[in-house]
Amino acid sequence: MAKNTSKVGKKGALSIKNVTKIYDPSGVNVMAVDDCSMEIAGGEVCMIVGPSGCGKTTLLNGIAGFHSITEGTIHLDGELLCGPGKPKADQSAERMVVFQHGALFPWKTLQENVAYGPTVQKVLSPAQATEKAGQMLAEAGLGNFLKKYPGEVSSGMARRAEIVRALINNPKVLLLDEPYRAMDALTKQIMHESLLETYDRTGVTIFFITHDLEEAIFLGDKVHIVTTRPCQLKKTVEVKIPRPRSYETQSSEKFRKLLEEVNDAVHEEAVKAFKAGEREMA
Amino acid sequence: MNSTAESNTVAPEGFNLFLYRTKKHFSGPDPYLTVAGVFLWLFAYWVLCEGLQIWRFTKLPGPVAISKDWFSTTPFQGISIFTQEYYDHIYVSCKRILIAFGIATGLGVPLGLFMGWSRSIRDYIFPIIELLRPIPILAWVPLSILLLPGFEGPVIFLATLASFFVTTLNAMLGVDSIDEEYFRAAGCLGSSRWDVFKNVVVPGALPFIFTGLQISIGVAWFSLVAAEMVSGDLGLGYLIVDAYMNNVTVPMVIAMITLGFIGYFSSACVRALGNRLMAWHVKELAQQGR
Repeated sequence: MAKNTSKVGKKGALSIKNVTKIYDPSGVNVMAVDDCSMEIAGGEVCMIVGPSGCGKTTLLNGIAGFHSITEGTIHLDGELLCGPGKPKADQSAERMVVFQHGALFPWKTLQENVAYGPTVQKVLSPAQATEKAGQMLAEAGLGNFLKKYPGEVSSGMARRAEIVRALINNPKVLLLDEPYRAMDALTKQIMHESLLETYDRTGVTIFFITHDLEEAIFLGDKVHIVTTRPCQLKKTVEVKIPRPRSYETQSSEKFRKLLEEVNDAVHEEAVKAFKAGEREMA
Repeated sequence: MNSTAESNTVAPEGFNLFLYRTKKHFSGPDPYLTVAGVFLWLFAYWVLCEGLQIWRFTKLPGPVAISKDWFSTTPFQGISIFTQEYYDHIYVSCKRILIAFGIATGLGVPLGLFMGWSRSIRDYIFPIIELLRPIPILAWVPLSILLLPGFEGPVIFLATLASFFVTTLNAMLGVDSIDEEYFRAAGCLGSSRWDVFKNVVVPGALPFIFTGLQISIGVAWFSLVAAEMVSGDLGLGYLIVDAYMNNVTVPMVIAMITLGFIGYFSSACVRALGNRLMAWHVKELAQQGR
């Protein structure tokens, strides 16, 4: 199943086969995803790149179990998440989502947020969960902010805490929906380094939606470029840059060539999406 | 974040913080404007009633006449801060408000939360509430007198009813206002439905609930007074009507001003409790510079 031989056997392999999703808001059929297939090996960092509003998030919602899918199947490690007869996957801590706008509970401190998962799943006692949350936040460089509320820390810190909140549950897959979208370039750099460091430590499978092509190549093992709506896999670019990667990687010749390749594929779709947008408005 | 690690300026804490805030408050125009505003109003009141004695206003007691009676050990018209009767009225009204507000909150908040949380509960109850809500409180007076025995029952019932609707509706809207992503995040993290209720629905709706409670305690006061005016044997509302009937206008105005002060104070209590329970919200607003 997995193409990347070095990662065979790692948990968290996602297999998306012929997934179609049709929304029917007020009787207007919108095909968000059409016959989309992709294979994501366990422990792979898989970047999904495509124009705005193309259905990437719909795909993520299908995997996470927020939405049903209309057709097709999604398997995780050979187990059926959703498919014929079970249109909506169960929500589970094995597939943790980090949201576009951030969804740390604003009424809980960072530590309470991180401790929440293991506590409600009754994996750990509240005291143990709080202690472990404190440790993990400290590892992520947030040791001085345990008692702060999300509204009191910077967006970068909040996002980092949110990833810790996901990782404390030992998920098989981390689903990230443009988590660094609203950040400035400098904060983004720091977030990338921290995510890479986390990945190198945990080897969790990462499904990462983004618009930022440099981000996609810098972080990913594979970059899946998807078409404008309905979302279909257009091209997969393998990023054979060895890990651990550092920021210098981004100025290498190889990096630039990959960027060009991805850009060519995406630009075409972006133009199409833009034109489609114009038609809708006219 | 403000980092002052390298600088000599340290943010004040504890008592120093209190001093700093007090000093800052009195260095701005706000407190002086408030004081000036109060005096301006009082002065206008005095000019109308006692200074120029303008037509119709002569029927009202002016500020001098009121304060003379209010702070007198032997009030000419019967009510002052030295008469037991004054405190009896205040005590009875406050007790009724506490009971009514307590019942309305105790029933309204859970009901509103459940209505926001569960589609089917909302379908059962929301239409009925929407139907009853527009009926003015005074229209309930005859029914409540028929239904409930004594003086106390109908009065408390009427005050409860008004604030119950406000509280319920706000709690429900509070749940509606919670971002869908918090529910999704809670689902991902493995929450049961009850966990979601405790950890997302209740805290997420709290800002709206407290906005609702501030309105609801105000509504409770004015429906209480309306009820006391119609059916009552004691209380500030009764005092107003009783004074009017007996043609003593000073106690009437004293009761009105007293209501204003107590209403102000009760809203402030609700606000303070809300801020205490929602430290996260207060801090978030503070970070936005509010």
